[in-house]
Amino acid sequence: MATTKIVVDPITRIEGHLRIEAQTENGKISKAWASATQFRGIEMVLQGRDPRDAWAFAQRICGVCTVVHAVASCRAVEDALDIHIPANANSIRNLVLGMQFVQDHVIHFYHLHALDWVDVVSALSADPTKAAQIAASISPWPNNSATHFKEVQDRVKKFVGSGQLGIFTNGYWGHPAYKLPPEVNLIAVAHYLEALDWQRDVIRLHTIFGGKNPHPNFLVGGMASAINLDEDATINSARLADIQGMITRAQRFVEQVYWPDLVAIAGYYKDWAAVGGGVGNYLAVGEFPETDIRDLNSLYLPRGVVMNKDLTKVLPYDHNGVTEYVNSSWYDYEKEDTGLHPYQGETKPHYTGPEAPWTYLQDQTKYTWMKAPRYNGHPMEVGPLARVLVAYASGHKEVRAMATDTLKALNAPPAALFSTLGRTAARGIETVLIARRLSTWYDTLVNRIKAGDVATFAPAKWEPSTWPAKSRGYGALDAPRGALGHWVEIDNGKIARYQCVVPTTWNASPRDPEGKVGPYEAALTDNHPLANPDQPLEILRTIHSFDPCIACGVHVLDATGEEVAEVKVQ
Amino acid sequence: MLTPHSAPWSRDESLGTHLERRGISRRDFLEFCGQMAAILGVSSLAVPRIAEAMETLRRPSVIWLQLQECTGCVESVIRTSEPTIGDLVLDVLSLDYQHTLMAAAGTAAEKALADARTANAGKYLLVVTGSVPLNANGVYTMIGGKTARSVLEETAKGAAAVIALGACAHWGSVQASKPNPTGAVGVSEIIRDKPVVNIAGCPPIADVVTATLVHYLTFGRLPALDADGRPRFAYQNRIHDQCPKRAHYDAGQFVRAFDDDGARKGYCLYEVGCKGPETFSPCPIFLWNSRTSWPIGAGHPCIGCTERNFWDTMTPFYHRLPDVAGIGVEHTADILGASLALGALAGVGAHAAATGVHQIRSRRAAARQAASAGAPPPPSSVAPAATPAEEEHHPAHTGED
Repeated sequence: MATTKIVVDPITRIEGHLRIEAQTENGKISKAWASATQFRGIEMVLQGRDPRDAWAFAQRICGVCTVVHAVASCRAVEDALDIHIPANANSIRNLVLGMQFVQDHVIHFYHLHALDWVDVVSALSADPTKAAQIAASISPWPNNSATHFKEVQDRVKKFVGSGQLGIFTNGYWGHPAYKLPPEVNLIAVAHYLEALDWQRDVIRLHTIFGGKNPHPNFLVGGMASAINLDEDATINSARLADIQGMITRAQRFVEQVYWPDLVAIAGYYKDWAAVGGGVGNYLAVGEFPETDIRDLNSLYLPRGVVMNKDLTKVLPYDHNGVTEYVNSSWYDYEKEDTGLHPYQGETKPHYTGPEAPWTYLQDQTKYTWMKAPRYNGHPMEVGPLARVLVAYASGHKEVRAMATDTLKALNAPPAALFSTLGRTAARGIETVLIARRLSTWYDTLVNRIKAGDVATFAPAKWEPSTWPAKSRGYGALDAPRGALGHWVEIDNGKIARYQCVVPTTWNASPRDPEGKVGPYEAALTDNHPLANPDQPLEILRTIHSFDPCIACGVHVLDATGEEVAEVKVQ
Repeated sequence: MLTPHSAPWSRDESLGTHLERRGISRRDFLEFCGQMAAILGVSSLAVPRIAEAMETLRRPSVIWLQLQECTGCVESVIRTSEPTIGDLVLDVLSLDYQHTLMAAAGTAAEKALADARTANAGKYLLVVTGSVPLNANGVYTMIGGKTARSVLEETAKGAAAVIALGACAHWGSVQASKPNPTGAVGVSEIIRDKPVVNIAGCPPIADVVTATLVHYLTFGRLPALDADGRPRFAYQNRIHDQCPKRAHYDAGQFVRAFDDDGARKGYCLYEVGCKGPETFSPCPIFLWNSRTSWPIGAGHPCIGCTERNFWDTMTPFYHRLPDVAGIGVEHTADILGASLALGALAGVGAHAAATGVHQIRSRRAAARQAASAGAPPPPSSVAPAATPAEEEHHPAHTGED
């Protein structure tokens, strides 16, 4: 049988440097390798630092999901030092993290993922009036007028007519896997541009509480933004009104633009509900506590584990079940094939791959900077789909209602969720619910202020003199891309060990000592087509459905031209 | 026939001239414009207008390399408000290679890069985010199977100018902090034969980036730079001298602990570690995210992220700087930088102040030494507190002002 070796590097429209290698047989992918091709060593940089500074270093792991490492770090240090943050600080962190989810997921859909499904060039031949009719049939969004669509189309025509295609250069336009009618393509292109303006507005919530975005400021023990309704340089009514406006605009865009677009586009790609399932094990650490992260029962999105696609059972999650292997990664452990819990974790980079430039990594035992995390020995998928499935199986009312309605709209069974399309739909489902929930967190904050509680910081254990000589803590956070854990050990006021297990580390995991592949690798070989290795559009669809963040955790490869030419006959 | 690749279209010639050079007649060109009109679905009456627009219009090519980084700088630029990112990408620039936004991947993406380099040789603007890891022969960041260093060197060759965007491209940032496990350095350590503009900050404010781009495009040259390669229009002033909380500082009104009475009155954050007195940054003037607020405005001390080595020199973040009263607004980054290098920080009180200055300076010196030696600095991450003896040896106070 003829096997074609594929390299896709760089995978674009993701965070960071990812290389995917694969082998195809008869138009299907038979084997896949995910390689993270960047290492920065931030865990090593953190050693010896003041634990109160750690959030800022850890935050720089990723500037896309720019709050998640900071908050996970604060939680880990607060766990180690037994610091309980005020309820207001918890509400503010929920608002900041919630808006991060909403903004990040919308950007992912339009700017990172859409071009896998939307043919920009086809939009040029759309009838704007017909596009407006289609849009009006699915949404009351006021900008969906024929005039507006015509304006967008003219702008894009001028752009294409200039002969300089910029970011759209060499896209796979006209690929037979694009199925949308021109009018739906035009609607999506118009909303691609609108989403660029929208995201800039709603993310200002971070600026109000954290001073800037990306990389807003946080604080161990709470939040630094003091509340005083009678001052101009604090959180006051003017700031709160601005926040409320952003929340309203975030909700409106999600409900009237993102979600209707997602459902409409998904309707043309139902075959992708049978592609790209993957490992079938799902882990969620849960997110959005009512008042304190220690109260796991109060999490809006629940914690738990679903194994083997069995939605009748949700198993409890215990972080002691997490281990990381490096048998396929460019690191050394003292005992090569053992898995280490993050409290025992080591980060000793040791590159043993081929000299640059590379041809293939797939014939190498070690092929990535990503470690291989396992939960009780199993590879786990994390992210929106994992959260939605855990919530669904836990009987979460709102998730169940949304999931059921979505499946009905697409005329699909629940099993359709275990797929590339299911991953993309789950991201939309949780975006709608989290956007709605922003109002609850806002109201909670305002009501507490009304009742006279303005505390945002717990000062009791700020000074290192109040700390135990040795302590260690775990900070769990469910980030837009999935379950995140920070583990910190503090010794005499300094960080002695810092380890992160990041969503993309789970999803982009390489093979473990038993040869079990990670979620990307499994998804790419699960009934996965690849019509033309020179145009790896299908690989992009599935990889993007995970929303990779390589600086956080992984690197994927892309089918590059010359390498694709090599065909081996076995 | 000459192809666009063998006979690239340079910015100096109009499309009409270029096509003539490639042996394409005016008649063929108008025919092409007619076809374009058909593709675009516009009337044939528009053909002369298309021809005119195509003959004269050419957006400047920008190639954006993302090396060892977190993508925060890209996200920051996506938040730019004047002009918006949509305007930039569609109307102002030809963003020919940019991983986060570009449609193509793999081979098609690498071809876009190669084509842009050829077609705009000597003319394109190179924007770089991320540092360049040098240890282990550069394998800590690989793009398309090549090291970040080789991609940068290859791409910088044909660039008219280089913009090192953000702290990583500027000097290496967090991964270059002690012990700098990957040997990360900034762009100007590698590219020495071209102008390199450092847009400082982790990340920089989007509007500073776009203002720099617009300056270059409008005036055809780079903006004036300070000694560290930072545009003067943005980085010439100390935060402390522009800070709206300065009056509280002068009046001795300080936040002593987070969320205390002073914090709830919006007082100065100096006592809880604000690095505004040592930081040259446009934050208080430009503000962040459509001028919504800025770090100090939201109650958190400045962490000094526009300064080289700030992860080592400005930490612990919540430790108070020495008193630096007396440095007036007339002191620019160049003057103060020089004075710091001479150990002549003006107006410093003799007591606790000396400890802080000594720590900062010794850590700076270690970091600089390490950077210039191209090797990671010694493994201890945080300098120990200076002993009283060390303080005495240190002439921190010159009384210049």
